[in-house]
Amino acid sequence: MANHDINLTVRSGTVHALMGENGAGKSTLMKILYGMQKPDEGTIAINGELCEFHTPGDAIARGIGMVHQHFMLADNLTVWENVVLGGEHLYGIGGKAKAKIKEISDQYGLGVRPDALVEDLGVADRQRVEILKVLYRGAKILILDEPTAVLVPQEVDALFDNLRELKSEGVTVIFISHKLHEVLAVADAISVIRRGTTVGDADPKTVTARQLAEMMVGAELPSPESRESTVTTTEMLDVQGLRIAKTDAEGIERVVLDDISLRIHKGEILGIAGVEGNGQAELVEAIMGMLPLDAGTVTLDGKDLSGSLTRARREAGIGYIPEDRHRHGLLLEAPLWENRILGHVTEKPNSSGPLLDPTAARLDTRRIVEEYDVRTPGIEVTAASLSGGNQQKLIIGREMSHQPKLLIAAHPTRGVDVGAQAQIWEHIRVAQRNGLAVLLISADLDELIGLSDTIRVIYRGRLVADADPATVTAEDLGTAMTGAARGHIESEPEAVEHFHEILVEGTEAESDAGPTDTADDPQAGE
Amino acid sequence: MTSPNPPAAKRSLAQRISGERIVLALAAPVLAVVLSVTICSILLATSGKNPFDAWNVMITYATKSDGQVAILNRSTTYYLAAAAAAFGFRMNLFNIGVEGQYKVAALFTAYVGAQINLPSIIQIPLLLITAMLVGGLYASIAGALKVYRGVSEVISTIMLNAISIAIIGLLLVPGIFAPKQGTTSNSIQTDPVSQSSHFFSFNTAGGNLWGFIFIALLVGVAFQFVLTRTRFGFDLRATGRSESAATASGVNVKRMVMISMAVSGALAGLIGLPELLQNSYNFGQGFQQNLGFLGISVALLGRNSPIGMAFAALLFAFLDSTGSQLPLPKNGGFPFEIVAVMQGTIVICVVVAYELVRRYGLKRQQQKVGAQLAAQLAATEKKEAAA
Repeated sequence: MANHDINLTVRSGTVHALMGENGAGKSTLMKILYGMQKPDEGTIAINGELCEFHTPGDAIARGIGMVHQHFMLADNLTVWENVVLGGEHLYGIGGKAKAKIKEISDQYGLGVRPDALVEDLGVADRQRVEILKVLYRGAKILILDEPTAVLVPQEVDALFDNLRELKSEGVTVIFISHKLHEVLAVADAISVIRRGTTVGDADPKTVTARQLAEMMVGAELPSPESRESTVTTTEMLDVQGLRIAKTDAEGIERVVLDDISLRIHKGEILGIAGVEGNGQAELVEAIMGMLPLDAGTVTLDGKDLSGSLTRARREAGIGYIPEDRHRHGLLLEAPLWENRILGHVTEKPNSSGPLLDPTAARLDTRRIVEEYDVRTPGIEVTAASLSGGNQQKLIIGREMSHQPKLLIAAHPTRGVDVGAQAQIWEHIRVAQRNGLAVLLISADLDELIGLSDTIRVIYRGRLVADADPATVTAEDLGTAMTGAARGHIESEPEAVEHFHEILVEGTEAESDAGPTDTADDPQAGE
Repeated sequence: MTSPNPPAAKRSLAQRISGERIVLALAAPVLAVVLSVTICSILLATSGKNPFDAWNVMITYATKSDGQVAILNRSTTYYLAAAAAAFGFRMNLFNIGVEGQYKVAALFTAYVGAQINLPSIIQIPLLLITAMLVGGLYASIAGALKVYRGVSEVISTIMLNAISIAIIGLLLVPGIFAPKQGTTSNSIQTDPVSQSSHFFSFNTAGGNLWGFIFIALLVGVAFQFVLTRTRFGFDLRATGRSESAATASGVNVKRMVMISMAVSGALAGLIGLPELLQNSYNFGQGFQQNLGFLGISVALLGRNSPIGMAFAALLFAFLDSTGSQLPLPKNGGFPFEIVAVMQGTIVICVVVAYELVRRYGLKRQQQKVGAQLAAQLAATEKKEAAA
């Protein structure tokens, strides 16, 4: 059961925030509202009128529009063509349509240029195109699914201005997020979902971030706030002059990584900040040996791995928590114990010689399930039947079980509920204290600042700036991520202090970061 | 805190899931067979024949010993064909070229068998190796094209099937692989293989049961062992389930494609041998056709699993052998095509049914796990409240 007893009342012309940790059931609720899934029971009423949605088409006809977290735009078409696509019957495809686009854009202050090619647009502009697309189809109720996940702080502010504009024009906005300060900044009303049911409403004028957070998880909150340094002087990973260029379909060479040099010591967590798509994924794949290098070297613990294959690198001691666990970390239809073998098939206890050792692998999977608190009824169930957080805990348990020297953690807590998040952070910290070097890539700046010992900023395939997490705010880091600041960045001391206060208030104090008892409903395709 | 996994609960759930899994696994093929029998019955009835008479003819033949031997001999060949296709399928490699591979391999083996005459103990292994080598090499062309040039193996193997016909046409001419002196018959074939090349068989009341059935059994056992018990097999299955995850886990996918294609081709090389070494003793224009495509169907029906394919091979062999009795006037002169219709509908139904059952099973398990966890949580909460 993903959702039960959900009661949600949204007044028209407001921004209504829907909050809840990942896996709480927000997405399922939105799918129901948008007609992608049918509820087993319950009703939906718009302006007092009961309605039933069988397909998204029905929802659109009733004036509901949805902006998905992942944009659905055709890169090689213009904004105008993208908006008209699928809505040709509304205003045709010619000048009338274009005029309508301009009109909507001006009315809501979206600043969209109809003739621009989508591939030339940045993330924030693309999002505005998505919003415009929905408005073009006559939506009066707008559902935004985690719209800020892909934006840097400045872009978030701009989005919020757009939302206020929409609101003043009478559009109702349902805003899904789990970021407390954002919700407090923009929402007129807040509803919190936990374990698939609405647990309460809050007034953003009176509620504090901490109260909200506790409503969300129903427990004390952990924080990524770091502790005394465990960084040593022993070099673990040394990357020098990495360069990768890809030739695209038109034969034009695109440099995806250029002159990347970085060093991670034993016991150090190096955080990479950057807007998605600036080369983080390629950097990880280059170090893992999944992408061929055009230039540069990768040295692990004094051993040159530049020419080694992925398996040799893993055997040499690289642990890998992939960004997309469904694509790169798991065999979804295989049982848990086979997933425990994945990536370490040549190592004990999974095999001896060329033969597998299923008995030992099963036994060790049980150990991981116990030690890493993977909530599962057994190890014979498929990985797909676990929730995102438990899948991630299994992956971390697996990677930590082979005494890695270096852990590459790409968005380790993405799509993971708060309880599991704290456990994952704790596992990383414990390993760090034992001398693990960590390359951390995260879009969550709070996590990045909280966990890292050093932060580097990646922008268009280059490391353009660095920062000390103790003296930088998310705002300034965000500026550097847009390419606006270079070199060593340091924020105003007062600003840093203020930021840390918010961080502590927003996500609560450390010490008691033990496992919290949050259940997470298994959800497919999370 | 108590352990989240009390052992008793764990075992009972595991049992329930695996019990259900067996039911689910059987549901699809049984449904498909029932559905296709129904469709064919309707077809026969509309053509004015009594379908029950037809089924009766087929079943009667299957109860006789000569029918049973014919079925077993046929299924030996079908099983090898299925294994060849399935090996590639298990890593999402669609070797459609089994057809061409076995024909080329059989041609070369027939030639070698006719030219060389060593004691059987050496001769037969030599011929087996020749067949596997030729089949493997021929399939490797498609493997290499995929790895180095990115050509889809589906397209290249289909092309190679066409090319194999040309190769046979080119080599199977008098003076090259066929004897120089024209024989009295119109068809061209190789010299018969030497006496020592004949594979052993059992004399039964129903005729000769081919000893090659043991090779098929051996292939099945080796297939299962390699896939489930070796590192290589794990890599292969991982690649089949998710190529991206396999790459990230360190599987050298290019190497895997090369090896799997070669192994699939080597198995394909064996397909023609029961016929060659136990029945016709030569390779000619009348050599058995379409076994490769049949193998694909059998592999699909048997879900690429060694045991499933054994049942599927038996079913297809049953249909083909007993179906050959249908057109006989004494049996009522039924159209033989009804068997082809039946095989076709079985395959289509089974593909659809498997997909439906797979999705249902996955969803069902997710629900079960969710329910189980919720129950556990409720139990712990109650305990905590009591404490």
